[in-house]
Amino acid sequence: MNIADIITPAQVDALIQFGITLVIIIAKIVVVLAIGLLHVAYATWFERKVIGHMQVRLGPMRVGYHGLLQPFADGIKLFFKEDIIPAKADKAMFYLAPVIFMAASMVNLSVIPYSRNFVIADINIGLLFIFAFAGIGVYGIFISGWASNSKYAFLGGLRSSAQVISYEIAMGLSLVGVMMMAGSLKISDIVKAQEASVFGMYAIPQFVAFIVFSISALAETNRTPFDMPEAESELVAGYFTEYSSFRFALFFLGEYIAMIIMASIASVCFLGGWTLPWYITNYVPFINYVPGFVWFLMKVYAFIFFYYWIRATVPRYRYDQLMKIGWKILIPVALANIVVTGLIKIIITTLKGA
Amino acid sequence: MEPAEKIFETRELNVNMGPQHPATHGVLRLVLDIDGETIVNVTPHVGYLHRGIEKLGESLSYFQGLPLTDRMDYVSAMSNNIGYCVAVEKLYGIEAPERAKFIRTIVGEVSRISNHLLWLATHALDIGAMTVFLYCFREREWLLDLFEMISGARLTVTYPRIGGVRNDVSQEFLDSLWKFTDEFPSRILEYETLIDQNRIWLLRTKGIGVISAEEAVSWGMTGPTLRGSGVSYDIRKHMPYDAYDKVEFEVPIGTEGDTYDRYRCRMLEMRQSNNIIRQLIEKLPPGPVMAEDPKFTMPPKDKMYPITHPEKDLAYFILEKACKGCGMCLRACPAKAITGEKKAPHKINQALCVNCASCLVTCKFKSVTVVAGGKGLSEEKLAELAVAPDQLPEDIKQAQQYLTRQFEFVKKGPKVPEGEIYVATEVPKGELGFYFVSDGSAKPSRMRVRAPSFIHAGCLPRLCEGHLIADVISVIGTIDIVLGECDR
Repeated sequence: MNIADIITPAQVDALIQFGITLVIIIAKIVVVLAIGLLHVAYATWFERKVIGHMQVRLGPMRVGYHGLLQPFADGIKLFFKEDIIPAKADKAMFYLAPVIFMAASMVNLSVIPYSRNFVIADINIGLLFIFAFAGIGVYGIFISGWASNSKYAFLGGLRSSAQVISYEIAMGLSLVGVMMMAGSLKISDIVKAQEASVFGMYAIPQFVAFIVFSISALAETNRTPFDMPEAESELVAGYFTEYSSFRFALFFLGEYIAMIIMASIASVCFLGGWTLPWYITNYVPFINYVPGFVWFLMKVYAFIFFYYWIRATVPRYRYDQLMKIGWKILIPVALANIVVTGLIKIIITTLKGA
Repeated sequence: MEPAEKIFETRELNVNMGPQHPATHGVLRLVLDIDGETIVNVTPHVGYLHRGIEKLGESLSYFQGLPLTDRMDYVSAMSNNIGYCVAVEKLYGIEAPERAKFIRTIVGEVSRISNHLLWLATHALDIGAMTVFLYCFREREWLLDLFEMISGARLTVTYPRIGGVRNDVSQEFLDSLWKFTDEFPSRILEYETLIDQNRIWLLRTKGIGVISAEEAVSWGMTGPTLRGSGVSYDIRKHMPYDAYDKVEFEVPIGTEGDTYDRYRCRMLEMRQSNNIIRQLIEKLPPGPVMAEDPKFTMPPKDKMYPITHPEKDLAYFILEKACKGCGMCLRACPAKAITGEKKAPHKINQALCVNCASCLVTCKFKSVTVVAGGKGLSEEKLAELAVAPDQLPEDIKQAQQYLTRQFEFVKKGPKVPEGEIYVATEVPKGELGFYFVSDGSAKPSRMRVRAPSFIHAGCLPRLCEGHLIADVISVIGTIDIVLGECDR
């Protein structure tokens, strides 16, 4: 039988095309994962340095120049530590929890547009996808708290899941305003809409939403002042009290990736992603030659710095106070923001029509 | 429909906090009965750091018991030392010289500031303000360096002595301390910018662990923990000891009796302490730093120098005729310079001798003598020059008496009149009382310490009533306990 009978040349071309696309996608994934993990490693270094200097000390200084190799030393140390599983733990669940937690936050890396044409999957429901996976991440937290069979981990898991679920609502509502202005859930569309808008970035017209989002992002990633689940002085280390070695590292990785994701969302939804506002590019024309991902990353770093700054400044909320802020302040404010945005949008369209 | 409690069996969760827990400041163990996040009951368990200091004190002379007090409240060891010294001085009926009193008050207040700094650091860290922790340690380090300058130790100082202080302070110390007091008020402002008006801090401290004045008194609270409830009780003010009656200061008191008021009290107290130190440095009188009492104090070292100074031109020599070969000096010699068989005259190896005079004091047969100007002379020459101990020059004889007194003092301690005494001093944590029962011997028949930390730890269940888990942490911080003192 001739091979041409089974498959036509056009199909072969299509297959080759498909193969090339696949290779490109895999290459993209590898690049994003590698760079993402490198960012996690250096986010920890950056955090220790920033907080160190704010607290009149130096931070890591020993491993490499100014402690630059410290993240690798930490990683190696964690990798070679003894993996301890509590005797009465639910083993299967105990194994599964950190994997769920990290996978759920890592998947989000795929829908973030890093530059004009660089995104792994530019799907129509990008923002919704991120919320969905943030929701799945809660399973990791809750299962780890339950499976550890420890009271501290249990309380930490309860606190954390309640907190993450509550603040997800506030965060989702705060982004509704952005979606309404952009008219799309596709993240690259949101960035493009910002580029075309009068303000250049949505942080200006949507400043209320931006504030609500920033606060919820802190709570969503369990950072100070909302670091309730891992409030060291209360619950030792919260839901991952019983975890050690690389399983602990997975939680740690997941948490930092979640932080970077949050910073990326802030960057693409409020700060204009890879673009700069027209009023800057118009007056400083040569700035257009700088590749887009530089601006994207700078915005992300600025947001991460803001996280660290807060950590070095404020004390911790109490659990009930945190819930009160989420439900009684942030959610109503975000809802009001949606109403006002809608009204203004209607007024503008009416005026345009007239 | 039936309420949920009837369908499901609900019970309180029992959580063990400590003895190894990041927020229990040492080895405090709390058993919490919690209903969700609300505290139903708190049971403090103490004793994990019990070393029997009170019992140890009964087997040591008063002079030897002093270093034990360092190990009680190791955060402010200086204050404990002072409390012990003041109590024993009262028992002995002696008084420290003016300069010593001033120095003790200065170091006592330095100790208070360093204690409050550590309290603020850990209290803030427990509530989550991490930066305050490191800022406080920056200043505390300065104070610990000052302690090192005067006593050689940073934590367990044992600097005050019964009847004064160990050594005079140097000008360098006073200058550095003066500079510290210049800068410290601005540093306090620095901490306060971070937390004092911070809304989260206010939310976490206001209305937490409230206790009324009457209740605080009946629970036996003292120090800033009591003053936060509005009771003006400060031993420094109302029963002054050392040099507190010569300085002007205020006793800050709170109104609400909550965590925030206790925090404010301590912050204001640090400012007052700073003020006290400045006044004392300005007024510091000249004079000796150790009382001289023929019975109760150790003789000054320089009085013994005519025979003990290693650089002195003298030699120790055993008179062959008087030596019975009992071997007492042989055992007493720390340099192992004495040799000789039993019941045969002993010899001192001049090359090894360190002029410590141990043999001189030990010998019961007056066979050891001092040869003035005998350094480096041969055995025969020494035998020629040696005279019987009772024919020695007057200054050497006097030095020998002082030396004998010192030996007696260190080995046995002075005998104390019979009776009992309770003396309280204001340490940073509250009222530290020493109670001694003396049976007329050199050792206390009973030594009892009233430790503020122990009494405050007992108040924990009352203060935590009805609060949340997170509030237990702020309550532990606010009563400022150190388990070393609590368990003793």
